[in-house]
Amino acid sequence: MAEGLFKEGVAAGRLAPSQYADNFSDLHPPLIRHEALVEADRCYFCYDAPCLNACPTSIDIPLFIREISTGNPLGAAETIFEQNILGGMCARVCPTEQLCEEACVRMEAEGKPVKIGLLQRYATDIAMEEEKQFFTRAPETGKQVAVVGAGPAGLAAAHRLAMHGHTVTILDAREKAGGLNEYGIASYKSTNDFAQAEVDYVTAIGGITIRTGQILGEHFSLADLTRDHDAVFLGLGLGGVNALRAEGEAAEGVENAVDFIAELRQATDLASLPIGRRVVVIGGGMTAIDAAVQAKLLGADEVTIAYRRGKENMNASEFEQDLAASKGVNIRHWMAPVRVISENGKVIGIELEHTTLVDGSLKGTGDRALVAADQVFKAIGQTLATDGEGLILAGGKIEVDAEGKTSMAKVWAGGDCATGGDDLTVTAVAEGRDAAESIHRMLMS
Amino acid sequence: MADLRNNFVGIKSPNPFWLASAPPTDKAYNVERAFKAGWGGVVWKTLGEAGPPIVNVNGPRYGALYGADRRLLGFNNIELITDRDLQTNLREIKQVKMNWPDRAMIVSIMVPCDEESWKAILPVVEETGADGIELNFGCPHGMSERGMGAAVGQVPEYIEMVVRWCKQYSRMPVITKLTPNVTDIRKPARAAKAGGTDAVSLINTINSIISVDLDNFSPQPSIDGRGSHGGYCGPAAKPIALHMVAEIARDAETYGMPISGIGGVTTWRDAAEFMALGAGNVQVCTAAMTYGFKIVEEMISGLSNWMDEKGHATLDDFAGRAVRNVSDWQYLNLNYIAKARIDQDLCISCGRCHIVCEDTSHQAIMKEKDGKRHFEVLDNECVGCNLCVSVCPVEDCITMEQLAPGSIDERTGRIVTGDYANWTTHPNNPMAKPVAEPAE
Repeated sequence: MAEGLFKEGVAAGRLAPSQYADNFSDLHPPLIRHEALVEADRCYFCYDAPCLNACPTSIDIPLFIREISTGNPLGAAETIFEQNILGGMCARVCPTEQLCEEACVRMEAEGKPVKIGLLQRYATDIAMEEEKQFFTRAPETGKQVAVVGAGPAGLAAAHRLAMHGHTVTILDAREKAGGLNEYGIASYKSTNDFAQAEVDYVTAIGGITIRTGQILGEHFSLADLTRDHDAVFLGLGLGGVNALRAEGEAAEGVENAVDFIAELRQATDLASLPIGRRVVVIGGGMTAIDAAVQAKLLGADEVTIAYRRGKENMNASEFEQDLAASKGVNIRHWMAPVRVISENGKVIGIELEHTTLVDGSLKGTGDRALVAADQVFKAIGQTLATDGEGLILAGGKIEVDAEGKTSMAKVWAGGDCATGGDDLTVTAVAEGRDAAESIHRMLMS
Repeated sequence: MADLRNNFVGIKSPNPFWLASAPPTDKAYNVERAFKAGWGGVVWKTLGEAGPPIVNVNGPRYGALYGADRRLLGFNNIELITDRDLQTNLREIKQVKMNWPDRAMIVSIMVPCDEESWKAILPVVEETGADGIELNFGCPHGMSERGMGAAVGQVPEYIEMVVRWCKQYSRMPVITKLTPNVTDIRKPARAAKAGGTDAVSLINTINSIISVDLDNFSPQPSIDGRGSHGGYCGPAAKPIALHMVAEIARDAETYGMPISGIGGVTTWRDAAEFMALGAGNVQVCTAAMTYGFKIVEEMISGLSNWMDEKGHATLDDFAGRAVRNVSDWQYLNLNYIAKARIDQDLCISCGRCHIVCEDTSHQAIMKEKDGKRHFEVLDNECVGCNLCVSVCPVEDCITMEQLAPGSIDERTGRIVTGDYANWTTHPNNPMAKPVAEPAE
């Protein structure tokens, strides 16, 4: 057994080497053909299907499931990719239990939806393994479009623009393309370097150049882009992290959950990743869950999520909350951080205060609790990492209209950096795709 | 506790569930297992004449039609009659009958259509102590190319002739098994009766090609790239069989002739339906070949519980009860008016009722109400066709309800009279008669 399991402080190699692979394997193993056919037979092929209407990218779910059931998985994949070129990743990371599967009429009938996400993965995996491309580019239009951010929104926009014959240059701040798909998702949701495989699949249409290590405001400005291109799409996500606004948060061991998740995703040897014996994650969204669960899977002994509101207010889906609980994460609601306690500059604990709603606003009750911690991960939301470069912002995001147009001519935005929609991969894809259509209409008019 | 004992043309069995002449009844091993499992009787797989045994293909004999989740709905086969030596079969039949005196043992026979052949086989079958014989005039493939099976069953004169020989040269009860591959099933049934048959059994399998291999374009089951038509059976064949059984049961010439019902019997319900339409018992094959012999336990239990619930003490209490309700279309009551009703509590909002009505029928089901997804029948458009009921995935969610006399049919604007009136007197019928003929 792992002798490092109960090592005090922050330490690497808490688990036996073989256990890392087990812990970080596919959360939902893919369906084999037989399972897919059995599951596909459960679909009723509903009229004006509620699942379809619940999908932010409006994938024709009944049609693709019917295609699977008739032994036509490539047809199914085409149906999916027509609406969502990142259908492979969405099949892995979508909170389906809050979207298509929640709407499935079998929920009403027997409380067990058709496993739409897994069926989508089945079809898209087959097409991607066969390197089957369904879309070809229209004749070159000679129009140049710059896309900032190679995450879900940017990739979806780039693919659609390239398909329409435009030439696309994607600029991304990181070393690798993929955005949150590459850096921001728990490892057990995207195994085998799937994010990079998907980038390759999406860009295989041609007409797309990706330049990494290009930071807006540092290596180039929005004005540069608008000067040199016919249109610009901003899908740069939220690169900044909110502060705890708790005393002592500068202590060593207080880290951003997104950095921890990114580091874990990029690690070649998980046993070399240090993790605290006692870990506290502050926040209530998917990022908090991803960080907490992975801390546990790396061998942390005690992992606590502290969220300042109730279970029903958590942005993390119920499935994600249950997942965390099943991995042994302790979720404490109505608790806000007050003070990070440190010793010799290193965090040793955090003081939390119970909270309650008074006339609709959150107030501390004065009742406090100390939780020992070697590491504190902040997961209380991300912020735009740019001052906006002259764009009008709203609520800390780039303001866009229904088509994704910003306040600036020739500039569109979508995904987490823009207003409107939930901060989900699938929503970003929809926004990128729709903005591309809007750009295309403008370029061709 | 309902009494399931069956007496079919004097042949007694503890229940009305027999195994049909087919692979499950080809040898002692299988039949012993069937009797242990509880089957009331068997029709031993068809014997041919003495001499070199029949030869079967050495590749696939069966093909399947699947429903959702690979449930077998239809089945076809290109297997011939027994390919075992006649004497071996006779010896085993005799032994099994001795071991199981309370079970029905019927022997299926198919020999060339000449008097000498039948005269030769009847005594040796009789010597086994079997309870009766079934004449295989139904097998539609292979044997029919040699002038036997369905080739006989399709010519009423041949049927009558062979039945007559069997009654002449044997004291055993004769059950004549009919092929459905005819235009009018009443003709062969009447011929069998004229020949003196004790009963008919039906249906044998239906001519079929179950599927085509889209890689090599061979019909399936594929034998070295080629396929032959086979005999179709299983749940999907049941409606065809029910109709044919009913036609014979209600035909004036054959009325009262005992019928052994065959064709897709899979559950106790299927058996009860066949018997309600005039069958004295049922024969099962595909269901056993799909699930094994154990299914008879469900059949016995289900039929028994249903009979208890309905107060039918014996099989005779409900046998034939539906025959009188089978009618020609022209006598159906055109003043019976029904409308679909959707139970909103049971509705899961799949919308299938709406889209099939909208696309393919009468535009009689709304899809939203007050801006919300909602499925409800529009009485002014609903013709009561039952399509919505047929496609609804939830049992009893949509029902057809009769409009009470005195109410208004919103579709026609007419008051429902409650009077019986059929096509024979309808004003649109150029052949209309002044007074309605009563239903039979």
